Amino acid sequence: MMDTDTTPPPHEPLGVSALEDWLDGVLDAVLSIRRSTAAAAAALAGLGREEQDYARHWIDVIAKTNPELAFHFATHVSEALKRMRPEDSEAWIIEVMDAYDKLGLYPAVAILTDIGSFATARDGQARAATLETVAPMLELFVQGLAGRKLSLAPAEQVYTDTGTLFLPPRLTVLATREANRMLYKIMATHLWAQVRFGTFRGGPDALRAEWGRYEDPERAARLFYALETIRLDACLARELPGLYRDLCTLRRDPPPAWQEACGRLSRPGASVDDTQRAMAALYADEIPAPQLYQGTLHLDAVAQAMAERMQRERVALKNALGQMAREHPLEGGRERRFSVHTEPGGQGPVQLMLDGQPLGAPPEVQALMQSVLLDLGEIPDEYLVAAGDGSYAPPHAKRADDVWQGTYHEEGAFLYNEWDHSREHYRKDWCVLRELDVHPVHDGFVADTLRKYAGLSARLRKTFEALRGENAIQRRQKNGDDIDFDALVDALTDLKHGRELNDRLFLRSRRTARNIAVMFMVDMSGSTKGWINDAERESLLLLGEALEILGDRYAIYGFSGTTRKRCELYRIKEFGEPYGDLVRARISGIRPQDYTRMGVAIRHLCGLLHAVDARTKLLITLSDGKPDDYDGYRGQYGIEDTRQALLEAKRDGIHAFCITIDHDARDYLPHMYGPANYALIDDVRQLPLKISDIYRHLTS
Amino acid sequence: MKSRLLEPQSFLIAREPYYEPQGEEVSLFEKAYYNLIPMLLKGPTGCGKTRFMEYMAWRLKRPLITVSCHDDLTASDLVGRYLITADQTVWMDGPLAQAVRCGGICYLDEVVEARKDTTVVIHPLADDRRLLPIEKTGEVLAAPPEFGLAISYNPGYQSVLKDLKQSTRQRFVAIEFHYPPAELEQKIIERESGVGTERAAKLVRFAGMTRNLKGSGLEEGASTRLLVHAAKLMVSGVSEGYACQSAIAQALTDDPEMIAAINELGRSLF
Repeated sequence: MMDTDTTPPPHEPLGVSALEDWLDGVLDAVLSIRRSTAAAAAALAGLGREEQDYARHWIDVIAKTNPELAFHFATHVSEALKRMRPEDSEAWIIEVMDAYDKLGLYPAVAILTDIGSFATARDGQARAATLETVAPMLELFVQGLAGRKLSLAPAEQVYTDTGTLFLPPRLTVLATREANRMLYKIMATHLWAQVRFGTFRGGPDALRAEWGRYEDPERAARLFYALETIRLDACLARELPGLYRDLCTLRRDPPPAWQEACGRLSRPGASVDDTQRAMAALYADEIPAPQLYQGTLHLDAVAQAMAERMQRERVALKNALGQMAREHPLEGGRERRFSVHTEPGGQGPVQLMLDGQPLGAPPEVQALMQSVLLDLGEIPDEYLVAAGDGSYAPPHAKRADDVWQGTYHEEGAFLYNEWDHSREHYRKDWCVLRELDVHPVHDGFVADTLRKYAGLSARLRKTFEALRGENAIQRRQKNGDDIDFDALVDALTDLKHGRELNDRLFLRSRRTARNIAVMFMVDMSGSTKGWINDAERESLLLLGEALEILGDRYAIYGFSGTTRKRCELYRIKEFGEPYGDLVRARISGIRPQDYTRMGVAIRHLCGLLHAVDARTKLLITLSDGKPDDYDGYRGQYGIEDTRQALLEAKRDGIHAFCITIDHDARDYLPHMYGPANYALIDDVRQLPLKISDIYRHLTS
Repeated sequence: MKSRLLEPQSFLIAREPYYEPQGEEVSLFEKAYYNLIPMLLKGPTGCGKTRFMEYMAWRLKRPLITVSCHDDLTASDLVGRYLITADQTVWMDGPLAQAVRCGGICYLDEVVEARKDTTVVIHPLADDRRLLPIEKTGEVLAAPPEFGLAISYNPGYQSVLKDLKQSTRQRFVAIEFHYPPAELEQKIIERESGVGTERAAKLVRFAGMTRNLKGSGLEEGASTRLLVHAAKLMVSGVSEGYACQSAIAQALTDDPEMIAAINELGRSLF
């Protein structure tokens, strides 16, 4: 696209007209009489050649995504390059692209236009701590404190609904990144303290009612929170003295007039009632500015979250107790009575008692009790009535099919990044993937196939039996279960001849345990329709029969989908699932679906494979062609993303192998899988045999 | 090989080991022992199973022979094998045969780690036959009434591969161990390390926090043993933060985020 005639030697900057010509070529689609590239070209002409080439590279890349965005980019890029350091300008470009991917054109253009605030933000970066970076640590930290999982979520205001701690996405208030990280920790701990030390114990409605008794409830709320913060600080001082030391560096002392109230609220037994009482006396006083680490109170959110969780936990606890009661049956059918014993001061675990005898509660029940205790301060007797035999399905279980209905619902789906080779960056959370079930089909397919390939099946069995790990006896070992008499005779002969006595005289039997997990990823795209699909199903069936002999763990998933918003994986056999009639019927039920978006399927399946504890992990793909999807996932883009996904797999110690029937595969498969990691077959019937070869090759 | 020639008497425990009973496990063990029933101790690592065995062996005045099982432990490692000397073979009893011969208590620690076929050799010993057949010498040892057998395992690992077979587990009387309740745990730490009450209490709370993380990236929370280690370091002058970091956080996991979180928890307390 670059006009070679007007391009000066590589070190000299391009002139205005050369730039304008080039821009016109790239941005042709969005130009009109009223909209030319003259201004952009003039600005670009003021840059050095290196910067010009950098700008032109990105204009080109962005134009492939969206020419309109590229036009705005071309207009602003010169200013950005002048104002920002190179690494910042690259971050700016990626942020623009991410905004475009996630939010669309206009938000992206807004970021493009507002270079100033981006540059300022980048300056703050050096001291900023972001929630994204502290969250993994902070989540564990809070769970350690609370004993139940409290999730973290970004929000403009700092508050908690008792289930989630809402924290700002980034903090730059303090001078160093370290200090800002500490502030995150203190904020989160303070929010946890609200729950732990009973700010909402009487229920949010009681608080609201109390505030309503004052002339100005909003002012009362602020006063309440200021006083409550003092009480919580004192609780933290007792519970977490180390953290309190850090907190003191940020803490402003309350006004002198509050001294007396402070003393009362800092006493060990002080509760939220004391805070309420202190309000009356201080209502007329001025309220000091909130502490840096103090958030806000959102009673509505608290009320809703508490009600939902308490209902859920009440049911769950009752069910769990019902289960336990059935495990400890009593003659006479008398009703069992549960009770709990908590240690004074709420320290330590809750001891569950059954008819007055301590009972070891499983960890999930322990966690439930801890959570109830956190909300209510006690476990009400009513919670401890075991549920009967009635089966109960947790209400939150959503079926994948339901969620697909209507517009794009991403709730509960898996989100995966996708590699954009032209940007050399991931598109974040780009693909939406769900696991679905294959509808099992009980027809004659299984019996027919097994009859048809009886000979092949027997041969496969033999091959696989030979692969099976057998007891191998290792000879001439230094120690072992038995004496190696051959070695002994040799050694004694040596000794008689005056040579040194060999000490390797033992036999050792050692079972070389096979420790392999295999994931089969089967192409279920529309192009497999017809004989390829039949062959795939036949192969999987024969393979399943043969793999049972080996005892290796394996799973089979089909993949397909339409566009990045609807990637689908079909469960045919999961790792833990036995191979039986149901799996056979599912294999029989494999039907061609839509397109072939491979990268996301590889990422998800590798995640599953990664969770399996095995020494060797294999990902074997059966495919009939290139990666291909409706929304631009084809050609180089698809190949590069698939390659990237495979590189990620390799990093996790997963060997990937591809078996394909595409005759053009030699053009792209070596690039994706590596030269030795694919097999091209002409006749799909060879497939099961081919796989036994691969097994031997990869596992011995 | 000298160390294998210890006389059974040397396995006797002379001084009373420090042990705080959590419940009635001491009398239960004694009653099982006198009724010739083998014992199965379940519980997380570092909660006092091995110490309990030492204490019981001392109490019953029997030699204690402990075998730490590993995944390469074979039946002959337990029963015995032939060794070769200058011009002949000599039979050498394994720890299990040794315990049977001298009427001691054999304790197989972390028995699930041993190979599946290994656990089967204890079957005839663990039921009312109380016999140990030694295939290679053609002997059958009948265990004297003083002989006791105990095995331990940690059900927390929850791996399909690491589970006891029903035919094995149904020969035993089982005692479940937990981490001791907070007050008792604090007392144990004080007693074992000589650390002050306040620090011991903080350590116990710290342990509780790490136990809250079990299942979220930690396989196990901090055990009583780790707490004792940290306390001992503190008593020897290591700073509280560093002791928690090295004796607890680093000992629990290698995951950098988890270590950071545990360190932060520790720093909040001390």
